[in-house]
Amino acid sequence: MSGVHVSTTVNGDATEYVCHPGETLLDVLRNRLGLTGAKEGCGTGDCGACSVTVDGSLVCSCLVLGAEMEGREVNTVEGLADGGTLHPLQDKFIEHAALQCGICTPGFLVAAKALLDRNPDPTEQEIRYALAGNLCRCTGYDKIVHAVDAAAKEVRKQQKAAKKASGKKRR
Amino acid sequence: MYQFRYHKPATLEEAVDCYQSAEDGIYLAGGQTLLPTMKQRLAAPSDVIDLSAIDRLTGIEVTSDEVRVGAFTRHDEVARHEGIRRRLPVLAFLAAQIGDGQVRNRGTIGGSVANSDPAADYPAAVIGLGATINTNARQIAADDYFQDLFETALEPGEIITRIDFPVPSRAAYRKFPNPASRYAVVGVLVADFDGRIRVGITGAGPCAFRGTALEVALQGNLNSAAIEGVEVPDVGFNNDLHASAEYRAHLVKVMARRAIADLVG
Repeated sequence: MSGVHVSTTVNGDATEYVCHPGETLLDVLRNRLGLTGAKEGCGTGDCGACSVTVDGSLVCSCLVLGAEMEGREVNTVEGLADGGTLHPLQDKFIEHAALQCGICTPGFLVAAKALLDRNPDPTEQEIRYALAGNLCRCTGYDKIVHAVDAAAKEVRKQQKAAKKASGKKRR
Repeated sequence: MYQFRYHKPATLEEAVDCYQSAEDGIYLAGGQTLLPTMKQRLAAPSDVIDLSAIDRLTGIEVTSDEVRVGAFTRHDEVARHEGIRRRLPVLAFLAAQIGDGQVRNRGTIGGSVANSDPAADYPAAVIGLGATINTNARQIAADDYFQDLFETALEPGEIITRIDFPVPSRAAYRKFPNPASRYAVVGVLVADFDGRIRVGITGAGPCAFRGTALEVALQGNLNSAAIEGVEVPDVGFNNDLHASAEYRAHLVKVMARRAIADLVG
């Protein structure tokens, strides 16, 4: 079977690859692009450990073909931090000990980021609804929900500060 | 996954040509059922035909008496669409309960209805609202569409293009979700079209079907007491590790009562 040539954007960088039709986006990310943050848990879309966003939508990269990514924008956990500065979600996951073994963590971070991008002030119920596709067998979820809630507060604080700063500049 | 050829046609005609010239072709929409099935080697198509580039399959149109949803519309789009939330809130509510966020961001209404999983949510709406299935070749009424386990009226190679839902005066959907997958163990949609009642049931049998005995009991008497005496025989119902046929028959009435309560308080 012949390879498929794909031009796409991964974490803001223009990226090209050739993959077999049967390779999933997760296979491509891990084996061709060296981005091993997304994990293969179940491989059937149940656990969410492979979560990434495609054009801003949260998806299981194990249930998307690499060949389908032509012209899309893919974001992975590797794109979360800004250089050496962790995203508030990453900070709060550490602070709240929202992980033990860590296998599910990249998926949770990407899913939580997708939530906060859309809704920076989620209720606990909205957090749990948004994270329903991500399974964790260690934490019992409470610490994860608390971490996302704390990160949301931080994100709102940063947004407010940025707004104030840009307002000052205008004046 | 077994290896296969990948195609991405730009038009419906090309897609059908592609299917007909393939040894064992299959259409790819959201892939949330097809890809796991292929990964588990339960399906080994020679050619996968990606429908995502076909413009004719997209778009949502809301009129005063109908909501028309392009087959490639993803569940999350239906759940969030302002016009659907206003005109046909039951459909947005149903879509918001499918699987999880990752599934709703990929899965499409056409894919779900074409696949006709016995526990899928959309078939309850197709039946309960009496939708019309538009394909590249014809229109199919909901009552003629679902035939058996994963079996529909679609001919090999036929593609669903759009699903048209009539807008009822009021409607409600309730399901008993499998706690892991959120598939409907049983889901019931009750719709009131100016006094004409339709009941669509999913999860209970091999495919979605109308609850005709419930409809008769509810005609002119839309309250949960009206279905008290209705018998729901479990003959032919699904019997698996998630629920026995007898339990599913019981759930049909419980979910129907909850849906009715949503309608009449």
